[in-house]
Amino acid sequence: MKKRLPATPYLIWMIGFVICPLIAIAISAMTDKEGNITFENIFAIGDSINGQALLFSLAIAVGCTVICILLAYPTALVLRSMKFRKNGFTLFILILPMWMNFILRILAWQMILSKNGLLNLLLASIGLKPLEIANTPVALMIGMVYDFLPYMIMPVFNAISDIDEDVIDAARDLGAGKLNIFKKIILPLSIPGMLSGIVMVFVPAMTSFVIADILGGGKVQLIGNIIEQEFMKSMNWHLGSGLSISLMVMVMLGLAFTMKNDHGERDGGLW
Amino acid sequence: MLTAAVATLCLAACGQKGDANTLTVINYGEYIDPDVLKSFTDETGIEVLYEEALTPEEMYTKYMSGAIDYDLLCTSDYMVKRLIDEGEAQPVDFASMENAGNIGDEYWKFSEAFDPGNKYSLPYFYGTVGLLYDTTKVKEPIDSWEVLFNGQYKNDIIMQNSQRDTFMVTLKYLGYSLNTTSEEELREAKDLLQKQKPDVQAYLVDEARDEVVAGNAAMAVVYSGEAYLGHEYNEDLAYVVPKEGSNVWIDSWVVTKKCKNTEAAAKFLDYLCRDDIAYKNFEYIYYSTPNEAAVEMMPDELKNNPAIVPTKEDIANCEVCTQTDEATVELYNELWKELKSTD
Repeated sequence: MKKRLPATPYLIWMIGFVICPLIAIAISAMTDKEGNITFENIFAIGDSINGQALLFSLAIAVGCTVICILLAYPTALVLRSMKFRKNGFTLFILILPMWMNFILRILAWQMILSKNGLLNLLLASIGLKPLEIANTPVALMIGMVYDFLPYMIMPVFNAISDIDEDVIDAARDLGAGKLNIFKKIILPLSIPGMLSGIVMVFVPAMTSFVIADILGGGKVQLIGNIIEQEFMKSMNWHLGSGLSISLMVMVMLGLAFTMKNDHGERDGGLW
Repeated sequence: MLTAAVATLCLAACGQKGDANTLTVINYGEYIDPDVLKSFTDETGIEVLYEEALTPEEMYTKYMSGAIDYDLLCTSDYMVKRLIDEGEAQPVDFASMENAGNIGDEYWKFSEAFDPGNKYSLPYFYGTVGLLYDTTKVKEPIDSWEVLFNGQYKNDIIMQNSQRDTFMVTLKYLGYSLNTTSEEELREAKDLLQKQKPDVQAYLVDEARDEVVAGNAAMAVVYSGEAYLGHEYNEDLAYVVPKEGSNVWIDSWVVTKKCKNTEAAAKFLDYLCRDDIAYKNFEYIYYSTPNEAAVEMMPDELKNNPAIVPTKEDIANCEVCTQTDEATVELYNELWKELKSTD
């Protein structure tokens, strides 16, 4: 019992700010305005409008995660191959944007992409036609990838740079070509890092609403926006809680499924 | 947050004294010239404990919690109605006030929408919802909501990201009341909005004005106060309340049931109606004032600015929003979600 004492502040924190709110949301999700027990709010995620927003969010989140992997993986490989610890500086540059508030970064993108924004001024100056990206899902995707990319690069880079050079040398000694080394050594050993990255990118991408509000101009509706609307505008906290709970359960099931299929090393992993 | 908490504590402590010469007042933020409060105390010896709230809902919650006994509240039309309906307002004899006559007749008439007989509420400031447009992009003068729906300004339109305001525009354009509870009319409005959606550049709230100022959009649905500021930033902008009519909102003062010192409260309201004080307040806030004596004191450029002083024709077809029926609110939410989710 005594050994657990130092964890008390954290326990109090967890109970006060994680467990209790979760219970409150669960209770509010399973009741209606009159206080009767109902499961309608939880199953409301299957309604045509909510379901549509859910699928759209899923598509955006998957797209965002895939793009992040495609950008992060080669970067991590290049960083690994850099000698003399130069990679520390490059990594620093890559995660530097994280030091700025993410809303500010999104507002900056809004300025860049807007009709008379920097991008279109640039295009006009070289005689090209302006793009109408602002307030579309494309703008949303750009903002999300920009925001979440460092969360993919860091775990992937950690996993890849932790691979022992001796293992690769051994494979080379035994006659493995470059492709084989990548397929049989680097890729499997980096999967835990990728999974952490997927969790850290997919979950926020799936549940965010602020980026959609700012870069989507109110025309793009994610499931997060619907939940926000239920809480802030419609004042229907029961439905909002129900949708949150369903979303939470779905994301958790999805992650559990991904993790179960992971038999690789747990180094650099989150779970 | 902290200052607010401290102020609340202080107010709670002071309020308990039940001083005959104090008034506890709650109002929106930056919605009164602080000098007006000072001069009121100087002239009458009545001390004003002043507190601010962000939304009508917050004000209602603060009042109902009973931690502080507010004597006077300044809040929006539908919240005034709610307070009256719940018996939280006290009737005030406006006729006996020296300066209440400065408030124009039509504003008393608008107030009847939520305060029949004008027994409880005193109009403070009001405004309209209309179109702010860039005269360099829109050549012909606008007089109808039709420009939003005829497809002529594709991707150049900003609508309000608020279901009430956006539906209001469409309902008025279709010739219906903005307080309609008819599902058929609301669905018709929604269909029109759906058809319009591809032409809409964005649904915004605070940034609506800025986008027109910055030249990113040709026109936006905005509140008149925003339109006035927009014109200050960019001379080429014009504001119009379309001929089909629009929403007029009124913020009013209400004396609460809990107020014991009704004489002081009446003095305070009367003071706010005095021409010089109303004008001073107007110069601080720049919303439309229902105080005709204050309007008289304005320079011509303000008097002729439809964002500050709407003409009688402008507001002839306008309505106050009083619709709070629960089934309709739910329908609004549903239709709004549908509109936003479908392309």
